[in-house]
Amino acid sequence: MIIETRGLRKSFRSRQGREKKTVEAVRGVDLRVDEGEIFGFLGPNGAGKTTTLRMLATLIVPDGGEATVAGADLLRDPGEVRRRIGYVAQGGSTWDDSTAREELVLQARLYGIGKSAALERAARALSAFQLSEYADRKCKTYSGGQRRRVDIALGIIHEPRVVFLDEPTTGLDPQSRAHMWDEIRRLRSEGMTVFITTHYLEEADALCDRIAIMDNGEVVAEGTPDSLKRSISHDVITVGLNGATADAAAVLDSVAFVARLEKLDTGEGLRLFVEDGATAMPQVLRELERNGVTLKSIELHRPSLDDVFLTKTGRSLREK
Amino acid sequence: MKFLRDCWLIFARQMQLLLRNPIWVFVGVFQPVMYLLLFAPLLKPALSPLGVTSDAEAYRVFVPGLLVLLAIFGGLFQGFGLIAELRAGVIERSRVTPVSRFALLLGRSLRDVVSLIAQAGIITILALFFDLRVFIGDLLLAYLMLALIALMTSAVSYGVALAVKSEDALAPLMNTVAQPVLLLSGILLPLQFAPGWLEDVAKWNPFSWAVDGTRALFAGDIGNDRVWQGLLIVSVLTVLSVWWAAREFARSVR
Repeated sequence: MIIETRGLRKSFRSRQGREKKTVEAVRGVDLRVDEGEIFGFLGPNGAGKTTTLRMLATLIVPDGGEATVAGADLLRDPGEVRRRIGYVAQGGSTWDDSTAREELVLQARLYGIGKSAALERAARALSAFQLSEYADRKCKTYSGGQRRRVDIALGIIHEPRVVFLDEPTTGLDPQSRAHMWDEIRRLRSEGMTVFITTHYLEEADALCDRIAIMDNGEVVAEGTPDSLKRSISHDVITVGLNGATADAAAVLDSVAFVARLEKLDTGEGLRLFVEDGATAMPQVLRELERNGVTLKSIELHRPSLDDVFLTKTGRSLREK
Repeated sequence: MKFLRDCWLIFARQMQLLLRNPIWVFVGVFQPVMYLLLFAPLLKPALSPLGVTSDAEAYRVFVPGLLVLLAIFGGLFQGFGLIAELRAGVIERSRVTPVSRFALLLGRSLRDVVSLIAQAGIITILALFFDLRVFIGDLLLAYLMLALIALMTSAVSYGVALAVKSEDALAPLMNTVAQPVLLLSGILLPLQFAPGWLEDVAKWNPFSWAVDGTRALFAGDIGNDRVWQGLLIVSVLTVLSVWWAAREFARSVR
């Protein structure tokens, strides 16, 4: 367990005209993040993801609750937490007139690393993030994706055990996003724990080992993307048949992993509700073949994370 | 030790960026140079009631005031750079490192001091062409005064910038502070001309003491009480300003 939080809370006071309002941004978050995983915070804007992340990165003091980050107590020893983590903010972190190399060397040195070691680390980070070619050009000449890679390189220059990335791919084109996912997976393969926030369903699904869905300051669901999807409804296998529907239904009804079975309205097929569609599909094929039923088509529909969000909050994340 | 190292890192980076665009140092001296060329020549006749009879004497009164003006204004407007850095995320990036918060302030303010002294040097050399003469020891002490003022005003500006976080708020705020300070310090014309009440008000302006002290130094009158009084007042205020701004840094840059 590299991050563990209990009841983490934060509210902000805001003023609208004369009226003072207290906004509860984070209302009691319990989290457990394992070492070496990519953990994702999924939720709409304003859900409290960034606030939680900033608390864990020692940038805001929580109002209540407790947390251990990378083995150090967040409230009692924020300085030690700071040394052990990296943090990459959403809005970028480079100065227009500096070069990537200068920024990396300075950042390493601010962590107390000596000059020659800092130069060495900067060079290594530049080549790891495929930035060597532009290393000595000013940051203002970089593309969005390049600049984002410099941000991430800055966040991990001191080789932290955990790195927090706040919306690392927001505003990137699809190609840069895919590239960024590869970079993030590379960090995991180097043993780092990566904690990201995102409001992209695809990103949470494809990139994260485990996710917590956040809405309105609370975690409404937590688990691997697959287990979350499975928890709300079964995978659905639709089998298309040319006649022999009744035979097929008889065969499949007796198979243990089929939780429920219904005939399609057209009468030309069956809908099977199963726990795990991926492993069920070949078995369905085999069962039907063994009993001499020929099938026209087979299709798997798995619930998406949006279905999970919808079930837990009554709203769709995609419309946001 | 760590503090000094952190200070040096921040200072070196800020210097590097300043030297990359040294044009700003020259833009900064443009206005004072204009005063020197276009305003100072009016002074010999205007100051004749004070016994000024030559250009050299007029410049000896005017140049020290001009330098203090430069130090005050140059410092007060440094906050704009900090707001740009806040916006770029550079400050946030420093916040997550264990760097000393005080060093984040002092490293920047020291860069401002160096740039001010460079500008003061340019103006002093230009003034030499107008027959200004000053002893090197007196000059160095005057530069110390200027350095303290620049340190004070830039620290205040950074502290305010962190609090207001917007250029739109910082500009009018700094102008509002700077204008009465300027008028009540006898920078453009010595306060000997002032009616009694104005002179009394000006006594409460620490910068008028600084201007008097700097003028005494340029006049070669190092023993004048105004020299040590000015230095003392400015030193105390500098310590207070830096202390306050450092607290702002520590608080908002936890």
